[in-house]
Amino acid sequence: MNDMSNDSFVTDDGRTIGGVVMEMKNITLRFGGVKAITDISFDIREGEIRAIIGPNGAGKSSMLNVISGFYVPQEGEVWYKGAKRPPMKPYQVAQQGIARTFQNIALFEGMSVLDNVMTGRLRQMNANLIQQALWKGKAEKEEVENRAFVERIIDFLEIQHIRKTPVGRLPYGLKKRVELARALAAEPSILLLDEPMAGMNVEEKEDMSRFILDMNDEFGTTIALIEHDMGVVMDLSDRVVVMDYGKKIGDGTPDEVRNNQDVIDAYLGVAHD
Amino acid sequence: MFYREAGDFKTNYADDNQTFPIRFDRYRYYAVMLFAFGAVPFLINDYWVNAIFLPFLIYAIAAIGLNILVGYCGQVSLGTGGFMAVGAYACYKLMTAFPEISIFIHVLLAGGVTALVGVLFGLPSLRIKGFYLAVATLAAQFFLVWLFNRVPWFYNYSASGQISAPERTVFGIAVTGPNTTAWAPYLFCLVILTLLALVARNLTRGMQGRKWMAIRDMDIAAEIIGVNPLKAKLSAFAVSSFFIGVAGALFFSVYLGAVEVGEAFGINQSFLVLFMIIIGGLGSIFGSFAGAAFLVLMPVLLKNVLVGGLGWPTDIAAHLEFLIVGALIIVFLIAEPHGLAQLWRVAKEKLRLWPFPH
Repeated sequence: MNDMSNDSFVTDDGRTIGGVVMEMKNITLRFGGVKAITDISFDIREGEIRAIIGPNGAGKSSMLNVISGFYVPQEGEVWYKGAKRPPMKPYQVAQQGIARTFQNIALFEGMSVLDNVMTGRLRQMNANLIQQALWKGKAEKEEVENRAFVERIIDFLEIQHIRKTPVGRLPYGLKKRVELARALAAEPSILLLDEPMAGMNVEEKEDMSRFILDMNDEFGTTIALIEHDMGVVMDLSDRVVVMDYGKKIGDGTPDEVRNNQDVIDAYLGVAHD
Repeated sequence: MFYREAGDFKTNYADDNQTFPIRFDRYRYYAVMLFAFGAVPFLINDYWVNAIFLPFLIYAIAAIGLNILVGYCGQVSLGTGGFMAVGAYACYKLMTAFPEISIFIHVLLAGGVTALVGVLFGLPSLRIKGFYLAVATLAAQFFLVWLFNRVPWFYNYSASGQISAPERTVFGIAVTGPNTTAWAPYLFCLVILTLLALVARNLTRGMQGRKWMAIRDMDIAAEIIGVNPLKAKLSAFAVSSFFIGVAGALFFSVYLGAVEVGEAFGINQSFLVLFMIIIGGLGSIFGSFAGAAFLVLMPVLLKNVLVGGLGWPTDIAAHLEFLIVGALIIVFLIAEPHGLAQLWRVAKEKLRLWPFPH
């Protein structure tokens, strides 16, 4: 699985993993004099579950923010679907088909669950203002078609019963699920998950892991995730990038990473000279 | 016929998406429309039209417009009076320059002009939020009133500096000017309000409304799902200003007839419309109606009770009116910070189960 070729292959559990869909080349990100990310390169292949792990402050979230366009790196290139990506705003990145969730939930509290998930279909709905004002033609058709798709996602994530509840009234675990639903509704080429299991109990973590695996399996979604729970990461992911102090210290299958001396040092701690 | 949704099954998404999903609501809406179009025009006289119906209809349009901007998109604006003035003056210039074209077209065009001006003054919203944006729109309010006062071209170089509406007709019946009958201006405003309310409802229940609400609730998250903040905010300013411009045009041409800009479209007007949507309920079309009705009806009602009913002197009644309306606003907001629309929603929830406890 660690071969660097761009050919697709089939994993042991029967999923097809395709070619490279996103590649980060020598990314360096500075905030003034502080280097958050130093010269990191890695790739994400179609259909895989890619984890980014590392101790606190390692630069994982910064990396995700570079991918989703919140930060523009000073050096390095982002390649997406075989083309170099020019610096762009987050909404342009989203329109290219990269969806994400946040560590501390970013939902629209005043809207119902259904409306929140419907916002994920933004890219697929492009009736103009006049059509929408009259609720005729394209606007009406799109609204119904996309509602049908969204209902599939809602079924899939088992949130039917709260469809019309305002998000502000939901408990934490369900909010996380709604946020996942919104990201998934966009039919993203890459789905970025920033600590999808933070603050959850064991049962909720199990549910969430199941959803992530099923998502990957059923919709073939490419997933890049940041997570602190080592057990979860090692179970879920196909390949893992390990970061520490803004540098990449390991990259490979969970087994390779587990036995990497640098990774062990970073997690268990050795004297830094 | 009770207020029930049991047995009212939806078998497709279009049904579930409609404006009044509950059958009883739908029938009530038809009944109200029938009454407003079929009965009211035959019952009203000049007093009713000028004291209650015209201001209510026109303020409802303005309130819906402001609610789109403030309640749905989360951008605070104190420029309503100024934008209404733009609508009024645009309408005046159009009416006098092209007398042969229907007033209906003029009113809509006046809305269009206001939309452009609104977008212009909405540009700061891309950089600033909240109170700071409110101050920026306040600048629009003062600038626009100053402009219409100082540039004689806008009031056609009239000696008084006022603008007054010439007589214009729809289907041969006068709706502006001194020779109107009570029902004609009423129906004219009602038709426009009905159309615009439908447009507002369609926009806010569809994708455009979701984009606006996304910006309101969390702009970063809105960006991450692909909402272009520039387009979303400016479209809210445009649509909102269109409504407010139409309201301003009607306020001048149909309701007042003659206008002195500082008096009719001053900062008071901005606050009045803002209070309407706060009392009525932010982010609710029904709330816009309720707020407009409350602030238009209350003073009239109090006056009739105090002067007509109790025989108090007019000046004391006028002062008391301020006190009572102010107190009522406070009471309402403490009882329900989300406005009359929320009270209505809670009442409906209760009605749905009544008379059973669960």
